[in-house]
Amino acid sequence: MTSALFYDRLQFAVTATFHYLFPQLTMGLAALLLYLKGRAYWSRDAHYDEAAYFWTKIFALSFAFGVVTGIPLEFQFGMNWARFSTFAGGVIGQTLAMEGVFAFFLESTFLGVLLYGKKRLGPLVDWIATVMLFLGSWLSGFFILATNAWMQHPVAYAVDDVGTVHVTSLWGLLTNSWLVWQFSHTMTAAVVTGSFVMAAVGAYYLLSGIHLDFAKTFLRTGVVAAVLASCLMLFPTGHHAALQVFEHQPIKGAAFEGHFHTESGADLVLLGQPNMDTLTIDNPLVAPKMLSFIIHKHFGAEIKGLTDFPREDWPDTMPLLYYAYHIMVGLGSLFIPLMLTGVVLLWRGRLFQARWMLWTIMLMVPFPYIATTAGWMTAELGRQPWLVYGLFRTVDGNSPLVGSGNVLFTLLGFLGLYLLLGLLFLFLLLRTVARGPAVPVELSANGKGAS
Amino acid sequence: MLSTETLWFAIVAAVFAAYAVLDGFVFGAGILYLFVARTDAERQLVLKAIGPVWKGNEVWLVAGGGLLFLAFPKAFAAGFSGFYLALNLVLWCVILRGVSIAVRSHLGNPLWRTFWDAIFAWSSLLLALIFGVALGNLIRGVPLSSDGQFFAALWTTFTPGPTPGILDWFTVIVGMLVVAMLAVHGANYLEVKTDGAVGIRARHFADIGEWVALLLGIAATGALPFVQPVLWDSYVAHPFGSVLPLAAACLLLTAWYCRRFGWHGAVFLSWSLFILVGLGSIAWGMFPNLLLATGDPSYSLTIHNSAASPDGLRLGLIWLPIGISLVIAYTVWVYLSFRGKVERFLSEENYE
Ligand code: HDD
Ligand code: HEM
Ligand code: HEM
Repeated sequence: MTSALFYDRLQFAVTATFHYLFPQLTMGLAALLLYLKGRAYWSRDAHYDEAAYFWTKIFALSFAFGVVTGIPLEFQFGMNWARFSTFAGGVIGQTLAMEGVFAFFLESTFLGVLLYGKKRLGPLVDWIATVMLFLGSWLSGFFILATNAWMQHPVAYAVDDVGTVHVTSLWGLLTNSWLVWQFSHTMTAAVVTGSFVMAAVGAYYLLSGIHLDFAKTFLRTGVVAAVLASCLMLFPTGHHAALQVFEHQPIKGAAFEGHFHTESGADLVLLGQPNMDTLTIDNPLVAPKMLSFIIHKHFGAEIKGLTDFPREDWPDTMPLLYYAYHIMVGLGSLFIPLMLTGVVLLWRGRLFQARWMLWTIMLMVPFPYIATTAGWMTAELGRQPWLVYGLFRTVDGNSPLVGSGNVLFTLLGFLGLYLLLGLLFLFLLLRTVARGPAVPVELSANGKGAS
Repeated sequence: MLSTETLWFAIVAAVFAAYAVLDGFVFGAGILYLFVARTDAERQLVLKAIGPVWKGNEVWLVAGGGLLFLAFPKAFAAGFSGFYLALNLVLWCVILRGVSIAVRSHLGNPLWRTFWDAIFAWSSLLLALIFGVALGNLIRGVPLSSDGQFFAALWTTFTPGPTPGILDWFTVIVGMLVVAMLAVHGANYLEVKTDGAVGIRARHFADIGEWVALLLGIAATGALPFVQPVLWDSYVAHPFGSVLPLAAACLLLTAWYCRRFGWHGAVFLSWSLFILVGLGSIAWGMFPNLLLATGDPSYSLTIHNSAASPDGLRLGLIWLPIGISLVIAYTVWVYLSFRGKVERFLSEENYE
């Protein structure tokens, strides 16, 4: 028999993962649009204006899907996680409400201005709207990550006499040390996604021999942003994310590294499958003593293994967690040389002719999405069995009266709906890309309709 | 003295009321969409009328949820998990409505457009109905147990009693009342924003809708003492609160009067205020309860037994005024920037 808790968890995992496919592109594109629109505005360059116009269309599409898939997440806190919400509302209610008031309004309002106001309100307002949109989307990321950072590493709270918690300092909550690296790592990841997508569209146009001058702009912008962001993913942001995990959540760290037994001079597992019966790694390929070195800057340092901790405190999906982490780091390590090659070719003036490179860039599109999804699985599966790390267990968090039959019903509903949404998004995205920039504006309102 | 909890009750109620007014006319436009806008050009017109503002309007729902969570976590948790099934329907309709507006103009194919037009209209209708039914549930009360939780079935016997379902005759009347009120609200908005056939048809629907709303409103008010005495009792206990329903009645008359003279702006404004003050009257009657229990009244969730700690409430009051002032400032600016009939801007490019 499967419990309601299982379906509650699965539903949150599915809906959060699906939601995050959209904001990562909007947040990434928001940063890149700042550049394209900025250039268009300051140098009155029509080419950049049209380039920005094209990406604004894709931004708007992704934004619309991000909004509709985000609202279910916020509601789910109350609907599926009633005991957790009662417990933690005094803290995370603050950040979630701030997100609505400071970020979502800004984003949604100025998207309306950007989409409908260009002619009427002039280029300056258009530019301001772009800046506001960037601010709004990055603030959304900030406040939601402040919420998540508190669940990973609770700070600035006190326990009430009825056993619930409340915030003691807003400043403390918003400057949580965990948040510093989580925010910079996640936002940089969004830029990775945005720039990979932009570069891929450029590569596709070049390979197809269409929209050539736009293709070059997209590729140049995409590749340069991608190489910067990819390097920042590993160092300093990813490295410090790992350091703080080992400092504050040693069990999670041991689990995602596949490190079962306490050792001085621990090896870094590169490949291999965790064997949960023998508590070893099958078919291991390791870098000797590297784990100790990365975490403690010393090859002989001791790293605690999973078996030093009580089994009920292990994440209950340890192998999945291990794979998720290795997929993220593996892809991250691949992105850097790949995009470095792209930049070198660009610098030598050969990128636009190097068809093998263009093919690679075009086909890389899914991988940043896979890396971010794997990253979130690392963070969230690794947080188990806690909902709020060290403070509140996941088993105590769901809604007592919402039975498994009801949750399964809604889970199936979301699965079906999201399958359709996914197909719809892909269809419209590919169609927009295929139509390309510099398509005459759809003057659909005069009744002729789009083509 | 005004306690912090009371202040937060007012804030949360005000934000949800703002949501009802602002997204309400988008619902209304959606409900009437297929009737008032027959050709593709007319439908574009309606979408252009709501285009620049509807996304921002929807955020009031998200903000209301967040603020309820902040101030009264226990009521947030109990209410959202108790109305689990109804809220899932809300979520699915919110998704469908948002997507339909975003994608319908991407393709010129008439089948594509007709399909999303229908989705837009039906999801708007269902949303208005469910929100109305939810309001009916708040008024009637829910089967809270001693631990402050409940789980409402979609329906039981269709009569308000100790173990009611989400749907019973009372909540359905309130649901239909809300549909009628929002349809009129949407029609008023369309009259302000459009000329020509759409506006004329909208006026026609508003004329009928007003009477429907009036009849349903009388029915719901008449049923109230039998369904939930708490609201009556609190008006009896604090009679000066009656200025709210009286003001609502005056605003209704004003709207009716201005409509005879074709002052569309004034009609829209007074009807908006009517919704606001009407919800205010309900909030006054509910106070200090957030969720009324249909069984033992001591199980009701009030601002006293479900508020977050005073520290948290005070901290919230530091940033909220700043945030909301900013929101109001740029929202007003947007509405002013896009004022006027949509026809004037028909030839402008847009992205959706
Ligand atoms: C393009 C995506 C991407 C790439 C290439 C990487 N990451 Fe990452 N990573 C994320 C996208 C991401 C993320 C989606 O943004 C996460 C999920 C939660 C978070 O804070 O960021 C994350 C989480 C995350 C965590 C877990 C933090 C926690 O448990 O709270 C660690 C330890 C790392 N990352 C470390 C790395 C390292 C050492 C990388 C080496 C290259 C790396 N990441 C590449
Ligand atoms: C958008 C990126 C995110 C993804 C992909 C993601 C992924 C997941 C996954 C896979 C789980 C299931 C873990 C398990 O049950 O074993 C989960 C659970 C959960 N996450 Fe996240 N998460 C994301 C962001 C967040 C954020 C920002 C928050 C807090 C604001 C959050 C709060 C939760 C909660 C409350 C649960 C349910 C309880 C639990 O199982 O721990 N998540 N998430
Ligand atoms: C699991 C917890 C999460 C919850 C409860 C949540 C909630 C929401 C809600 C309610 C919206 C709609 C806002 C509107 O109406 O305008 C939204 C959109 C958005 N969310 Fe999330 N979200 C979560 C995870 C994340 C994460 C991890 C990020 C980024 C780091 C993020 C970034 C955004 C952004 C940028 C938007 C705007 C729409 C878009 O750009 O696609 N969210 N989210």
